[in-house]
Amino acid sequence: MTPRTLHPAAWWLWALGLATAASRTTNPFLLALIATTAGFVVAARRSSAPWSRSYGAFLRLGLAVLALRLLFTLLLGSPVGGSHTLLTLPQLPLPHWFQGVRIGGPLSPEGLLFTFYDALRLATLLICLGAANALASPTRLLKLLPGALHEVAVAVVVAVSFAPNLVADVRRLRAARRLRGRPDRGLRSVLGVGLPVLESALERSLALAAAMETRGFGRTAPVSPRLALATRSLTMGGLLACCAGLFGLLGADRAGWAAPLLAAGAAAVAGALALGGRRTVRTRYRPDPWAAPEWLVAGSGLAAGAAVVLLSGRYPDAFTPGVVPLVLPALPLYAALAVLLALLPAVAAPPPPPLRKTARP
Amino acid sequence: MITFEQVSVQYPDAAAPALAGVDLTIPEGELCLLVGPSGAGKSTLLGTVSGLVPHFTGGTLHGRVTVAGRDTRRHRPRDLADLVGTVGQDPGAQFVTDTVEEELAYGMESLGLAPAVMRRRVEETLDLLGLAELRNRPLAALSGGQRQRVAIGSVLTVHPRVLVLDEPTSALDPGAAEEVLAVVQRLVHDLGTTVLLAEHRLERVVQYADRILLLPGDGRPAQLGDPAEVLAQSPVRPPVVALGELAGWSPLPLSVRDARRRAAPLRERLAGAAVPPVAPATPAVPVARATRLTVRRGPIPAVRALTLTLHAGEITALMGRNGAGKSTLLGTLAGLHAPTAGTAVVAGLTPHRARPRDLVRQVALVPQDPRDLLAAETVAAECAAADQDAGARPGSCRALLARLAPGLADQAHPRDLSEGGRLTLALAVVLTGGPALLLLDEPTRGLDYAAKARLVAILTELAAAGTAILLATHDVELAAELTHRALVMADGELVADGPCAEVVTASPVYAPQVAKVLAPQPWLTVRQVAEGLAR
Repeated sequence: MTPRTLHPAAWWLWALGLATAASRTTNPFLLALIATTAGFVVAARRSSAPWSRSYGAFLRLGLAVLALRLLFTLLLGSPVGGSHTLLTLPQLPLPHWFQGVRIGGPLSPEGLLFTFYDALRLATLLICLGAANALASPTRLLKLLPGALHEVAVAVVVAVSFAPNLVADVRRLRAARRLRGRPDRGLRSVLGVGLPVLESALERSLALAAAMETRGFGRTAPVSPRLALATRSLTMGGLLACCAGLFGLLGADRAGWAAPLLAAGAAAVAGALALGGRRTVRTRYRPDPWAAPEWLVAGSGLAAGAAVVLLSGRYPDAFTPGVVPLVLPALPLYAALAVLLALLPAVAAPPPPPLRKTARP
Repeated sequence: MITFEQVSVQYPDAAAPALAGVDLTIPEGELCLLVGPSGAGKSTLLGTVSGLVPHFTGGTLHGRVTVAGRDTRRHRPRDLADLVGTVGQDPGAQFVTDTVEEELAYGMESLGLAPAVMRRRVEETLDLLGLAELRNRPLAALSGGQRQRVAIGSVLTVHPRVLVLDEPTSALDPGAAEEVLAVVQRLVHDLGTTVLLAEHRLERVVQYADRILLLPGDGRPAQLGDPAEVLAQSPVRPPVVALGELAGWSPLPLSVRDARRRAAPLRERLAGAAVPPVAPATPAVPVARATRLTVRRGPIPAVRALTLTLHAGEITALMGRNGAGKSTLLGTLAGLHAPTAGTAVVAGLTPHRARPRDLVRQVALVPQDPRDLLAAETVAAECAAADQDAGARPGSCRALLARLAPGLADQAHPRDLSEGGRLTLALAVVLTGGPALLLLDEPTRGLDYAAKARLVAILTELAAAGTAILLATHDVELAAELTHRALVMADGELVADGPCAEVVTASPVYAPQVAKVLAPQPWLTVRQVAEGLAR
């Protein structure tokens, strides 16, 4: 297969399918299988660009969530009472009006296990998100927004790329404080650079805005006043209809007119976006094609998700194993096979184009 | 191609207009070099061509600027984007996307070119600028020269008829600067692009210019003409031109080659004269010492097993390409980075462990952008803060500043000062503690020749008083003019260390213009030659 970058939406749909599967179960074996599947595909198909390294960060975040939840259960106890006691921590005496809260005290393996299952689900969701991030950078996904939203997408991309610059500015200006003989540690040194950091961020945004302006950002094609009026009224009307529809849906009596009104509002907004797109003259350079590998990647992820949702409705016990009494949960075989389907991209997706060795810094 | 009709620009709150009475025409297909001292309105003039002045910067534009018949008053910068390409000093500040290829396509996408056209032009531009190897690279992983080439390429893809470059080589080492200028020249020759280029480092660009546009900045009107004629009256000029004038050559030589062909009689006249010695006046007392110093920043060591001693009263130049580890070495001596292995000792202190308050009295570092050091609202407040930081007698910093730069107003905001004024203020601030070692990182970036001469005088005086000075610089002319000793770093290692005259003449990249003209005689600067002739 010739190396090329896969359509970013395909990767995000695949990850969405896996995440949906993970959200429907607390079975630790199934969750571990989902996380491993995601990790395997990332290892097989990520490029060597800087954003591909974000997978490691998400993995660490998942583990941190797991550790934090277990720590809190250890300290605050668990709502799941168990018949066994693993160990008893010294309990902090609290006044009686603190009813329902305890610090320390007996700890049951059932409670710990319950927390573990629950936290593992959250960690797996994070890992799926990290996989999507590593395989297709979110900025590439933003480029798929319709033309009318192009300016918003650019604003988001620029804001995202500013975070690393801000960190570098803070470092540089703290170093400068040290050069002036002022302490460079502690909270005061961070606060002391606040204003200069903002100043340099502002200067940088102005420079970027000027550069974008000279490169033709924001050029518009002339549109007829009637079209402009139609776009504006569709946007306003559509948004109002959406609001009213949502209000009706969420209200206590569930009005029957709400759902159709919401649908009509959404359609009007979509129409406004399509009409608004006529104002932009922008074209796309080398848009990612949507071919067979994209269908396979997106399809495998979504199929895995759909299968797990379907099976979890039919056999709820296997997907949310009980902890009282303590039993070893079984691995639901059909669901496991469905998750394994999501391994397909590791061979079906084309390998990323190679980057050469990075430049000297 | 570009016509200025009685153009003047006035910014609000400014006493004098930033630009006045410019009335001239730049013909198509020429490389026009814009020269003048700082504050003469060079950036403003460039801005009027791209339309950023006055649409983006504010201010009032009188008169009329037209580019290929389009009036910049009635066309916003974005409406001129297909005609004028602009590249600024810091290419990193203008990148919008993540990778080289996307960046090259960005401008064309904004203009709505057809996908097939975009594809073809990106390929052409990759080849034209020698970027094909880098097409998938993230922009963050490029070196300085590569970034500048990508920035130029990103505006070239829309096929602009005018290219406006604001100091394209000032941040680059001599090698990378040649790389960029070769590309610019190719555009002029092969594509017939009209190029308007502003640059302080005239010695790098003068030989490529078809015409020079001089903004004298002292009230005289702007002047456009043949390079040799204009430079004869210019307050700023490269060493080779100054040498030509000293020797009485007419017309003045613009390139080393021109000068060298006429230099034989001058070499004969100089054959008997001795080169004035350049050695520090004081005996060699060590001030700072690095022993097998290794500093790791990120995965790769930026400085590797480097051993170095700096002496009181000695001015040392530190040269080498971008990314060779110069700034890291300076930062380590000033205590900003902890050594991974080996030791650094400055005046008996271990820099990264010393308390900032103690260290500031021994080591002073002026970073690449002196603005980083300045935080107060006025010059007076900055000086008062410096006295307090260094524990000096109130008023010492202000007195020092008055000596270094007479006539700097107390109430001025540090950010409103000229580049030279800011550098002097930063110098005064860090010198308040009376340090034994002064470190400067690229001090001449953005300085005109007058400000540079002022800096040379200040540093020479400091060294005579016994301060050890180490300056990292790409400016070989400055190194030749000022320093006693020169170091060259490559990949974190010291590859040359010796008397400045020997080190800079040993390689053609670092040789100053005068040395190239008068080789094999060991003259380095116009001043030396003048002294030699006088004897």
